[in-house]
Amino acid sequence: MIQALTNLFWILIFPGFVFTLAVGLVAAWLVRKVSALVQYRVGPPVYQPAADVMKLLGKEILIPQDAQRAVFVAAPLIGLSGVLLLSTVLWLALAQREFVGDIIVAIYVMVLPSLALILGSSASSSPHAAIGAGREMKLVLSYELPLLLAFVVVIIKTSGALEAGEQLSLVAIAQHTPVLSISGMLAFIVALLCVQAKLGFVPFDIAESESEVASGVMIEYSGALLALWKLMQTLMLVALPLFLVTVFLGGIGTSVASVLGGVGKYVLVLVLVILIKNTNPRVRIDQAMRFFWFYCGTALLAAVVLATLGNYYGVGWL
Amino acid sequence: MNWKLWSLKKSIWVFHVNTGACNNCDIEIVNLLTPKFDVERFGIKLVGSPRHADALLVTGGGTRQAAVRLREVYRQTAKPCVVFCMGACACGMGIFEKGYHMAGPIDKIVKEVDPNAIIAYVPGCPPKPETMISGVVKALSAL
Repeated sequence: MIQALTNLFWILIFPGFVFTLAVGLVAAWLVRKVSALVQYRVGPPVYQPAADVMKLLGKEILIPQDAQRAVFVAAPLIGLSGVLLLSTVLWLALAQREFVGDIIVAIYVMVLPSLALILGSSASSSPHAAIGAGREMKLVLSYELPLLLAFVVVIIKTSGALEAGEQLSLVAIAQHTPVLSISGMLAFIVALLCVQAKLGFVPFDIAESESEVASGVMIEYSGALLALWKLMQTLMLVALPLFLVTVFLGGIGTSVASVLGGVGKYVLVLVLVILIKNTNPRVRIDQAMRFFWFYCGTALLAAVVLATLGNYYGVGWL
Repeated sequence: MNWKLWSLKKSIWVFHVNTGACNNCDIEIVNLLTPKFDVERFGIKLVGSPRHADALLVTGGGTRQAAVRLREVYRQTAKPCVVFCMGACACGMGIFEKGYHMAGPIDKIVKEVDPNAIIAYVPGCPPKPETMISGVVKALSAL
Protein backbone atom coordinates (compact mmCIF):
# COMPACT_ATOMS: atom_id res chain seq x y z
CA MET A 1 0.00 0.00 0.00
CA ILE A 2 2.72 2.46 1.05
CA GLN A 3 4.76 1.35 -1.97
CA ALA A 4 1.83 1.98 -4.30
CA LEU A 5 1.25 5.44 -2.81
CA THR A 6 4.93 6.34 -3.18
CA ASN A 7 4.89 5.22 -6.79
CA LEU A 8 1.77 7.26 -7.44
CA PHE A 9 3.44 10.29 -5.87
CA TRP A 10 6.51 9.74 -8.07
CA ILE A 11 4.44 9.51 -11.20
CA LEU A 12 1.89 12.27 -10.54
CA ILE A 13 3.60 14.88 -8.39
CA PHE A 14 7.31 15.13 -7.90
CA PRO A 15 9.34 14.02 -10.85
CA GLY A 16 6.24 13.11 -12.81
CA PHE A 17 3.40 15.20 -14.17
CA VAL A 18 3.22 18.33 -12.00
CA PHE A 19 6.95 18.91 -11.72
CA THR A 20 7.64 18.21 -15.40
CA LEU A 21 4.78 20.49 -16.36
CA ALA A 22 6.18 23.32 -14.24
CA VAL A 23 9.63 22.89 -15.80
CA GLY A 24 8.04 22.60 -19.24
CA LEU A 25 6.08 25.84 -18.91
CA VAL A 26 9.27 27.67 -17.97
CA ALA A 27 11.07 26.01 -20.89
CA ALA A 28 8.29 27.01 -23.30
CA TRP A 29 8.58 30.58 -22.06
CA LEU A 30 12.34 30.37 -22.57
CA VAL A 31 11.81 29.28 -26.18
CA ARG A 32 9.60 32.28 -26.93
CA LYS A 33 11.69 34.74 -24.94
CA VAL A 34 15.03 33.71 -26.46
CA SER A 35 13.46 33.76 -29.95
CA ALA A 36 12.18 37.27 -29.22
CA LEU A 37 15.61 38.41 -28.03
CA VAL A 38 17.24 37.00 -31.16
CA GLN A 39 14.78 39.08 -33.22
CA TYR A 40 15.36 42.25 -31.12
CA ARG A 41 11.89 42.04 -29.57
CA VAL A 42 10.84 42.12 -25.93
CA GLY A 43 8.92 38.84 -25.88
CA PRO A 44 6.08 37.54 -23.74
CA PRO A 45 5.89 37.59 -19.92
CA VAL A 46 6.85 34.50 -17.94
CA TYR A 47 3.27 33.34 -17.33
CA GLN A 48 2.46 33.34 -21.07
CA PRO A 49 2.53 29.53 -21.75
CA ALA A 50 0.39 28.93 -18.65
CA ALA A 51 -2.09 31.62 -19.73
CA ASP A 52 -2.30 30.07 -23.22
CA VAL A 53 -3.12 26.62 -21.84
CA MET A 54 -5.64 28.02 -19.31
CA LYS A 55 -7.37 30.00 -22.03
CA LEU A 56 -7.62 26.98 -24.31
CA LEU A 57 -9.09 24.90 -21.48
CA GLY A 58 -11.86 27.49 -21.11
CA LYS A 59 -12.81 27.58 -24.79
CA GLU A 60 -15.36 25.76 -26.88
CA ILE A 61 -14.38 22.36 -28.35
CA LEU A 62 -15.34 22.01 -32.00
CA ILE A 63 -15.32 18.56 -33.57
CA PRO A 64 -15.64 18.39 -37.37
CA GLN A 65 -18.77 16.72 -38.66
CA ASP A 66 -16.94 14.04 -40.68
CA ALA A 67 -14.30 13.32 -38.04
CA GLN A 68 -13.80 9.96 -36.33
CA ARG A 69 -14.93 11.28 -32.96
CA ALA A 70 -13.38 8.67 -30.65
CA VAL A 71 -9.96 8.70 -32.32
CA PHE A 72 -10.03 12.49 -32.66
CA VAL A 73 -10.59 12.89 -28.92
CA ALA A 74 -8.33 10.02 -27.79
CA ALA A 75 -5.24 10.99 -29.86
CA PRO A 76 -4.12 13.95 -27.69
CA LEU A 77 -4.54 11.80 -24.57
CA ILE A 78 -2.37 9.04 -26.06
CA GLY A 79 0.32 11.56 -27.00
CA LEU A 80 0.23 13.23 -23.61
CA SER A 81 0.47 9.97 -21.69
CA GLY A 82 3.36 8.84 -23.90
CA VAL A 83 5.45 11.91 -23.07
CA LEU A 84 4.43 11.68 -19.42
CA LEU A 85 5.70 8.10 -19.28
CA LEU A 86 8.94 9.07 -20.99
CA SER A 87 9.63 11.94 -18.61
CA THR A 88 8.86 9.83 -15.53
CA VAL A 89 11.20 7.07 -16.71
CA LEU A 90 13.92 9.64 -17.33
CA TRP A 91 13.55 11.40 -13.99
CA LEU A 92 13.62 8.08 -12.14
CA ALA A 93 16.71 6.99 -14.09
CA LEU A 94 18.40 10.29 -13.30
CA ALA A 95 17.57 9.91 -9.61
CA GLN A 96 19.24 6.46 -9.87
CA ARG A 97 16.31 4.45 -8.65
CA GLU A 98 16.64 0.70 -9.22
CA PHE A 99 14.99 -0.59 -12.41
CA VAL A 100 12.73 1.80 -14.29
CA GLY A 101 13.07 0.64 -17.87
CA ASP A 102 16.01 0.64 -20.23
CA ILE A 103 16.93 2.72 -23.24
CA ILE A 104 14.77 0.57 -25.54
CA VAL A 105 11.66 1.49 -23.54
CA ALA A 106 12.55 5.16 -23.75
CA ILE A 107 13.09 4.98 -27.54
CA TYR A 108 9.80 3.11 -27.92
CA VAL A 109 7.80 5.58 -25.83
CA MET A 110 9.42 8.50 -27.64
CA VAL A 111 7.63 7.58 -30.90
CA LEU A 112 4.18 7.73 -29.27
CA PRO A 113 3.66 11.53 -29.54
CA SER A 114 4.36 11.56 -33.28
CA LEU A 115 2.12 8.55 -33.81
CA ALA A 116 -0.66 10.20 -31.82
CA LEU A 117 -0.26 13.34 -33.91
CA ILE A 118 -0.60 11.34 -37.13
CA LEU A 119 -3.60 9.49 -35.70
CA GLY A 120 -5.38 12.64 -34.56
CA SER A 121 -4.84 14.59 -37.73
CA SER A 122 -5.90 11.66 -39.93
CA ALA A 123 -9.08 11.34 -37.88
CA SER A 124 -10.01 14.99 -38.39
CA SER A 125 -10.97 14.56 -42.07
CA SER A 126 -9.43 17.85 -43.14
CA PRO A 127 -7.33 18.00 -46.32
CA HIS A 128 -4.79 20.30 -44.67
CA ALA A 129 -4.47 17.90 -41.75
CA ALA A 130 -4.06 15.00 -44.19
CA ILE A 131 -1.12 16.76 -45.83
CA GLY A 132 0.27 17.48 -42.37
CA ALA A 133 -0.13 13.85 -41.32
CA GLY A 134 1.63 12.64 -44.46
CA ARG A 135 4.51 15.00 -43.85
CA GLU A 136 4.75 14.02 -40.19
CA MET A 137 4.86 10.36 -41.20
CA LYS A 138 7.67 10.97 -43.70
CA LEU A 139 9.51 13.02 -41.09
CA VAL A 140 9.24 10.20 -38.54
CA LEU A 141 10.59 7.75 -41.13
CA SER A 142 13.45 10.16 -41.85
CA TYR A 143 14.71 10.83 -38.35
CA GLU A 144 14.05 7.52 -36.59
CA LEU A 145 16.94 5.75 -38.39
CA PRO A 146 19.67 8.30 -37.51
CA LEU A 147 18.30 8.59 -33.97
CA LEU A 148 18.48 4.83 -33.43
CA LEU A 149 22.00 4.73 -34.89
CA ALA A 150 23.02 7.53 -32.52
CA PHE A 151 21.85 5.46 -29.57
CA VAL A 152 23.66 2.42 -30.99
CA VAL A 153 26.85 4.49 -30.87
CA VAL A 154 26.18 5.30 -27.22
CA ILE A 155 25.51 1.65 -26.38
CA ILE A 156 28.76 0.59 -28.09
CA LYS A 157 30.72 3.37 -26.38
CA THR A 158 29.50 2.54 -22.90
CA SER A 159 29.32 -1.25 -23.20
CA GLY A 160 33.03 -1.72 -22.54
CA ALA A 161 32.73 -0.01 -19.18
CA LEU A 162 29.58 -1.79 -18.01
CA GLU A 163 28.83 -5.17 -16.51
CA ALA A 164 27.05 -7.79 -18.56
CA GLY A 165 23.29 -7.31 -18.54
CA GLU A 166 23.64 -3.60 -17.78
CA GLN A 167 24.45 -2.35 -21.27
CA LEU A 168 20.97 -1.06 -21.98
CA SER A 169 20.10 0.35 -18.56
CA LEU A 170 19.54 4.09 -18.56
CA VAL A 171 20.82 4.34 -14.99
CA ALA A 172 24.13 2.78 -16.03
CA ILE A 173 24.45 4.80 -19.25
CA ALA A 174 23.80 8.02 -17.34
CA GLN A 175 27.11 7.48 -15.47
CA HIS A 176 29.13 7.98 -18.66
CA THR A 177 29.69 10.89 -21.01
CA PRO A 178 30.04 9.46 -24.53
CA VAL A 179 30.07 12.99 -25.96
CA LEU A 180 33.75 13.33 -24.99
CA SER A 181 34.88 11.33 -28.01
CA ILE A 182 34.75 11.74 -31.78
CA SER A 183 32.01 9.17 -32.41
CA GLY A 184 30.01 10.34 -29.38
CA MET A 185 30.22 13.95 -30.54
CA LEU A 186 28.98 13.01 -34.03
CA ALA A 187 26.13 11.02 -32.51
CA PHE A 188 25.22 13.88 -30.18
CA ILE A 189 25.05 16.43 -33.00
CA VAL A 190 22.83 14.17 -35.11
CA ALA A 191 20.61 13.30 -32.14
CA LEU A 192 20.23 17.03 -31.42
CA LEU A 193 18.95 17.58 -34.97
CA CYS A 194 16.59 14.61 -34.62
CA VAL A 195 15.25 16.11 -31.39
CA GLN A 196 14.71 19.34 -33.31
CA ALA A 197 12.55 17.41 -35.77
CA LYS A 198 10.75 15.54 -32.99
CA LEU A 199 9.88 18.82 -31.26
CA GLY A 200 8.49 20.12 -34.54
CA PHE A 201 10.76 23.17 -34.55
CA VAL A 202 12.12 25.07 -37.55
CA PRO A 203 13.88 23.90 -39.80
CA PHE A 204 11.86 20.69 -39.42
CA ASP A 205 8.40 22.08 -38.63
CA ILE A 206 7.24 20.80 -42.02
CA ALA A 207 4.20 19.02 -40.59
CA GLU A 208 2.67 22.12 -39.01
CA SER A 209 4.09 24.82 -41.24
CA GLU A 210 1.79 27.75 -40.63
CA SER A 211 2.26 29.52 -43.94
CA GLU A 212 1.48 26.56 -46.23
CA VAL A 213 -0.89 24.13 -44.51
CA ALA A 214 -2.20 26.44 -41.75
CA SER A 215 -0.69 24.58 -38.75
CA GLY A 216 -1.31 21.28 -40.59
CA VAL A 217 -1.68 18.43 -38.16
CA MET A 218 -3.47 20.50 -35.51
CA ILE A 219 -5.67 22.55 -37.80
CA GLU A 220 -9.02 21.09 -36.66
CA TYR A 221 -8.28 21.01 -32.95
CA SER A 222 -9.70 23.66 -30.65
CA GLY A 223 -10.33 24.32 -26.98
CA ALA A 224 -9.31 21.73 -24.40
CA LEU A 225 -8.10 19.22 -27.02
CA LEU A 226 -5.70 21.80 -28.45
CA ALA A 227 -4.63 22.52 -24.87
CA LEU A 228 -3.71 18.83 -24.52
CA TRP A 229 -1.53 19.06 -27.66
CA LYS A 230 0.12 22.18 -26.31
CA LEU A 231 0.73 20.41 -22.98
CA MET A 232 2.23 17.49 -24.87
CA GLN A 233 4.61 19.79 -26.72
CA THR A 234 5.47 21.52 -23.45
CA LEU A 235 6.32 18.21 -21.78
CA MET A 236 8.37 17.13 -24.82
CA LEU A 237 10.39 20.30 -24.36
CA VAL A 238 11.48 18.81 -21.03
CA ALA A 239 11.67 15.12 -21.88
CA LEU A 240 13.68 15.18 -25.12
CA PRO A 241 16.56 17.49 -24.08
CA LEU A 242 16.62 15.59 -20.79
CA PHE A 243 16.97 12.35 -22.71
CA LEU A 244 19.96 13.78 -24.57
CA VAL A 245 21.46 14.89 -21.25
CA THR A 246 20.95 11.41 -19.79
CA VAL A 247 22.35 9.50 -22.72
CA PHE A 248 25.13 11.72 -24.04
CA LEU A 249 26.12 14.24 -21.39
CA GLY A 250 26.38 12.08 -18.30
CA GLY A 251 23.04 12.65 -16.60
CA ILE A 252 22.23 14.90 -13.69
CA GLY A 253 23.34 12.98 -10.58
CA THR A 254 22.23 13.39 -7.00
CA SER A 255 24.69 15.71 -5.19
CA VAL A 256 23.99 19.44 -5.09
CA ALA A 257 26.91 20.39 -7.36
CA SER A 258 26.04 17.77 -9.97
CA VAL A 259 22.37 18.77 -9.93
CA LEU A 260 23.39 22.35 -10.70
CA GLY A 261 25.68 21.05 -13.45
CA GLY A 262 22.81 18.93 -14.78
CA VAL A 263 20.48 21.91 -14.93
CA GLY A 264 23.25 23.74 -16.80
CA LYS A 265 23.51 20.88 -19.30
CA TYR A 266 19.73 20.87 -19.84
CA VAL A 267 19.62 24.63 -20.41
CA LEU A 268 22.60 24.33 -22.77
CA VAL A 269 20.82 21.72 -24.91
CA LEU A 270 17.61 23.76 -24.86
CA VAL A 271 19.35 26.98 -25.92
CA LEU A 272 21.15 25.10 -28.72
CA VAL A 273 17.78 23.88 -29.95
CA ILE A 274 16.32 27.40 -29.80
CA LEU A 275 19.27 28.91 -31.64
CA ILE A 276 19.04 26.31 -34.42
CA LYS A 277 15.32 27.12 -34.58
CA ASN A 278 15.95 30.83 -35.02
CA THR A 279 18.79 30.77 -37.51
CA ASN A 280 17.41 28.39 -40.13
CA PRO A 281 14.66 28.51 -42.73
CA ARG A 282 12.15 25.67 -43.10
CA VAL A 283 13.27 22.87 -45.42
CA ARG A 284 11.07 20.87 -47.76
CA ILE A 285 10.15 17.31 -46.81
CA ASP A 286 12.41 15.77 -49.48
CA GLN A 287 15.31 17.94 -48.33
CA ALA A 288 14.75 16.83 -44.75
CA MET A 289 14.64 13.19 -45.79
CA ARG A 290 17.83 13.47 -47.84
CA PHE A 291 19.52 15.31 -44.99
CA PHE A 292 18.63 12.72 -42.38
CA TRP A 293 19.20 9.59 -44.42
CA PHE A 294 22.25 10.46 -46.50
CA TYR A 295 24.21 13.03 -44.51
CA CYS A 296 23.27 12.11 -40.93
CA GLY A 297 23.10 8.39 -41.77
CA THR A 298 26.57 8.38 -43.33
CA ALA A 299 28.05 10.38 -40.46
CA LEU A 300 26.58 7.92 -38.00
CA LEU A 301 27.80 4.85 -39.88
CA ALA A 302 31.28 6.36 -39.61
CA ALA A 303 30.63 6.98 -35.92
CA VAL A 304 29.55 3.38 -35.35
CA VAL A 305 32.73 2.12 -37.05
CA LEU A 306 34.87 4.52 -35.03
CA ALA A 307 33.19 3.53 -31.77
CA THR A 308 33.62 -0.18 -32.50
CA LEU A 309 37.30 0.32 -33.38
CA GLY A 310 37.84 2.42 -30.27
CA ASN A 311 36.21 -0.24 -28.16
CA TYR A 312 38.21 -3.04 -29.74
CA TYR A 313 41.60 -1.37 -29.37
CA GLY A 314 40.71 0.34 -26.10
CA VAL A 315 41.08 3.91 -27.42
CA GLY A 316 38.76 6.13 -25.39
CA TRP A 317 38.68 9.22 -27.60
CA LEU A 318 37.62 7.54 -30.83
CA MET B 1 -11.20 37.96 -11.56
CA ASN B 2 -12.49 34.81 -13.18
CA TRP B 3 -9.58 32.62 -14.47
CA LYS B 4 -11.20 32.13 -17.86
CA LEU B 5 -11.51 35.85 -18.45
CA TRP B 6 -8.01 36.56 -17.12
CA SER B 7 -6.35 34.00 -19.37
CA LEU B 8 -8.43 35.11 -22.37
CA LYS B 9 -7.26 38.68 -21.90
CA LYS B 10 -3.63 37.63 -21.49
CA SER B 11 -3.49 35.37 -24.51
CA ILE B 12 -5.31 36.56 -27.60
CA TRP B 13 -4.65 34.42 -30.67
CA VAL B 14 -5.56 36.24 -33.82
CA PHE B 15 -6.73 35.00 -37.20
CA HIS B 16 -6.51 37.43 -40.06
CA VAL B 17 -9.37 37.52 -42.58
CA ASN B 18 -9.12 39.64 -45.70
CA THR B 19 -12.54 40.36 -47.19
CA GLY B 20 -11.45 42.42 -50.18
CA ALA B 21 -9.05 44.88 -48.60
CA CYS B 22 -6.48 46.83 -50.61
CA ASN B 23 -3.65 45.26 -48.52
CA ASN B 24 -2.87 48.50 -46.71
CA CYS B 25 -4.51 47.39 -43.46
CA ASP B 26 -2.94 43.94 -43.83
CA ILE B 27 0.52 45.45 -44.01
CA GLU B 28 -0.17 47.51 -40.88
CA ILE B 29 -1.40 44.36 -39.10
CA VAL B 30 1.78 42.50 -39.96
CA ASN B 31 3.62 45.56 -38.73
CA LEU B 32 2.25 44.79 -35.25
CA LEU B 33 4.47 41.71 -35.06
CA THR B 34 7.69 43.53 -35.89
CA PRO B 35 10.24 44.48 -33.22
CA LYS B 36 8.94 48.06 -33.10
CA PHE B 37 5.49 47.14 -31.76
CA ASP B 38 5.91 43.45 -30.75
CA VAL B 39 2.39 42.52 -29.63
CA GLU B 40 3.72 39.19 -28.36
CA ARG B 41 4.49 41.23 -25.21
CA PHE B 42 0.75 41.08 -24.53
CA GLY B 43 0.41 37.45 -25.59
CA ILE B 44 -1.09 38.33 -28.96
CA LYS B 45 -0.07 35.86 -31.65
CA LEU B 46 -1.09 35.22 -35.26
CA VAL B 47 -2.39 31.68 -35.81
CA GLY B 48 -3.09 29.78 -39.02
CA SER B 49 -6.48 28.26 -38.26
CA PRO B 50 -9.73 29.94 -37.12
CA ARG B 51 -10.29 27.04 -34.71
CA HIS B 52 -7.30 28.22 -32.68
CA ALA B 53 -8.32 31.88 -32.77
CA ASP B 54 -9.83 34.15 -30.10
CA ALA B 55 -10.10 37.18 -32.34
CA LEU B 56 -10.80 37.67 -36.03
CA LEU B 57 -9.03 40.67 -37.53
CA VAL B 58 -11.23 41.48 -40.50
CA THR B 59 -9.97 43.91 -43.14
CA GLY B 60 -11.79 45.04 -46.27
CA GLY B 61 -15.38 46.01 -46.85
CA GLY B 62 -16.90 42.57 -47.30
CA THR B 63 -17.46 41.79 -50.97
CA ARG B 64 -20.25 39.43 -52.01
CA GLN B 65 -17.71 36.68 -52.69
CA ALA B 66 -15.93 37.16 -49.38
CA ALA B 67 -19.09 37.45 -47.25
CA VAL B 68 -19.88 33.74 -47.63
CA ARG B 69 -16.36 32.85 -46.53
CA LEU B 70 -16.41 35.30 -43.63
CA ARG B 71 -19.62 33.74 -42.30
CA GLU B 72 -18.05 30.29 -42.59
CA VAL B 73 -14.87 31.39 -40.81
CA TYR B 74 -16.92 32.96 -38.03
CA ARG B 75 -18.87 29.71 -37.58
CA GLN B 76 -15.61 27.75 -37.38
CA THR B 77 -14.05 29.99 -34.75
CA ALA B 78 -14.12 28.58 -31.23
CA LYS B 79 -16.26 30.79 -29.01
CA PRO B 80 -15.85 33.07 -27.10
CA CYS B 81 -14.31 35.23 -29.79
CA VAL B 82 -14.11 38.89 -30.71
CA VAL B 83 -14.40 40.31 -34.23
CA PHE B 84 -12.23 43.34 -34.95
CA CYS B 85 -13.21 45.49 -37.93
CA MET B 86 -9.86 46.93 -38.97
CA GLY B 87 -9.94 50.09 -41.08
CA ALA B 88 -12.51 52.35 -42.67
CA CYS B 89 -13.75 49.74 -45.19
CA ALA B 90 -14.41 47.12 -42.54
CA CYS B 91 -16.17 49.59 -40.26
CA GLY B 92 -18.53 51.07 -42.86
CA MET B 93 -17.40 50.04 -46.37
CA GLY B 94 -15.51 53.36 -46.82
CA ILE B 95 -15.33 54.59 -50.40
CA PHE B 96 -16.89 51.36 -51.68
CA GLU B 97 -20.17 52.06 -49.93
CA LYS B 98 -22.22 52.28 -53.14
CA GLY B 99 -20.31 49.58 -54.99
CA TYR B 100 -22.37 46.91 -56.77
CA HIS B 101 -20.14 44.16 -55.43
CA MET B 102 -20.42 44.92 -51.72
CA ALA B 103 -22.34 42.81 -49.20
CA GLY B 104 -20.89 44.55 -46.11
CA PRO B 105 -20.27 46.17 -43.79
CA ILE B 106 -18.56 43.48 -41.72
CA ASP B 107 -20.73 43.84 -38.62
CA LYS B 108 -23.87 43.22 -40.69
CA ILE B 109 -22.38 40.08 -42.28
CA VAL B 110 -21.23 38.65 -38.94
CA LYS B 111 -24.52 39.45 -37.22
CA GLU B 112 -26.39 37.38 -39.80
CA VAL B 113 -24.62 34.37 -38.28
CA ASP B 114 -24.62 35.38 -34.65
CA PRO B 115 -26.72 38.40 -33.55
CA ASN B 116 -24.82 38.53 -30.24
CA ALA B 117 -21.33 38.64 -31.77
CA ILE B 118 -18.83 40.88 -29.99
CA ILE B 119 -17.62 43.41 -32.54
CA ALA B 120 -14.97 46.11 -32.11
CA TYR B 121 -14.30 48.89 -34.61
CA VAL B 122 -10.88 50.39 -35.36
CA PRO B 123 -11.31 53.16 -37.98
CA GLY B 124 -8.56 54.64 -40.13
CA CYS B 125 -7.27 54.25 -43.66
CA PRO B 126 -5.18 52.40 -42.68
CA PRO B 127 -5.33 52.55 -38.86
CA LYS B 128 -1.91 53.07 -37.31
CA PRO B 129 -0.50 50.13 -35.35
CA GLU B 130 -0.81 52.22 -32.19
CA THR B 131 -4.52 52.68 -32.93
CA MET B 132 -4.96 48.96 -33.40
CA ILE B 133 -3.26 48.18 -30.08
CA SER B 134 -5.41 50.78 -28.32
CA GLY B 135 -8.52 49.35 -30.00
CA VAL B 136 -7.67 45.85 -28.79
CA VAL B 137 -7.04 47.15 -25.28
CA LYS B 138 -10.36 49.00 -25.22
CA ALA B 139 -12.26 45.96 -26.52
CA LEU B 140 -10.66 43.74 -23.89
CA SER B 141 -11.35 46.10 -21.02
CA ALA B 142 -15.02 46.10 -22.07
CA LEU B 143 -15.27 42.31 -21.76
